[in-house]
Amino acid sequence: MNWGSLDNFLAMGGYGLYVWGSYAVTFALIVTELVLLVLRKRNAVGRIR
Amino acid sequence: MSINWFKYSSPQTFFPLAGKLALGFGTLALVACAVGLYLGFFVAPTDAQQGESYRIIFIHVPAAWMSMFLYVVMAFWAGMGLAFNTRLSGMMASAIAPTGALFTFIALWTGSFWGKPTWGTWWVWDARLTSELILLFLYFGFMALQAAIDDPRRADKAGAVLALVGVVNVPIIYFSVKWWNTLHQGASVNLTKAPSMAATMLAGMLIMAFGFWFYSIAAVLLRARCIMLERERASDWAAQYARTAA
Repeated sequence: MNWGSLDNFLAMGGYGLYVWGSYAVTFALIVTELVLLVLRKRNAVGRIR
Repeated sequence: MSINWFKYSSPQTFFPLAGKLALGFGTLALVACAVGLYLGFFVAPTDAQQGESYRIIFIHVPAAWMSMFLYVVMAFWAGMGLAFNTRLSGMMASAIAPTGALFTFIALWTGSFWGKPTWGTWWVWDARLTSELILLFLYFGFMALQAAIDDPRRADKAGAVLALVGVVNVPIIYFSVKWWNTLHQGASVNLTKAPSMAATMLAGMLIMAFGFWFYSIAAVLLRARCIMLERERASDWAAQYARTAA
């Protein structure tokens, strides 16, 4: 698939909102899960000491 | 030579192994998602009917598969804990629930963002969508029930019953598109038929599915490590780990 330009890529043939709305939320949720896991681990270790 | 099958069934020995496995699967997940997204956005062609909107498939289908698969694995560990009273089984079931709920939500969210341009609506009370929403509530119910009970062993038992009863919903989700007349399309990928999509689209989707699968393993193991430390905080091995951890 050759998009030609960044604008075309971001526009997703007019479906940009739907495609990027899906991907952005998925990415944000996965990052949030990882951050929460790191915090939970830190907290668990802290409670042992 | 005899193999000790139970070597890793105690938190003390499983904890370091889980850390190494999480790192390995996390790396694999990153590689698989990079390759899958490259195929999905730069190799796979535009869909003849749906244009570019179909590119949501590369996260929607893998997330939906994981939402069902993780539920079955969660119920399996819950059942193992109930049957054999093993400490680690209940911890694994609890560790899976939030990641399962995450993928269920992603499946619903991306489905909604795909439904709007293709069906003209964000949501319908269709058999597939409704049963997937029930799956999300089952995950939430499991987590809420466990959180409401102070004694972890009792929380595991109560959660296990809920998880096992809820398994009946998984085949309902899977076969809903056959059993009822739904707006949601039938399965595009099937073990008995040739897939009804372009090879590069299929490859991108399957590699993303592996990526989500590896990610799930890594996230679940990381959470299992937290649960082990929380529940065994009075033990010597946990105290020793806390001293060495930066």
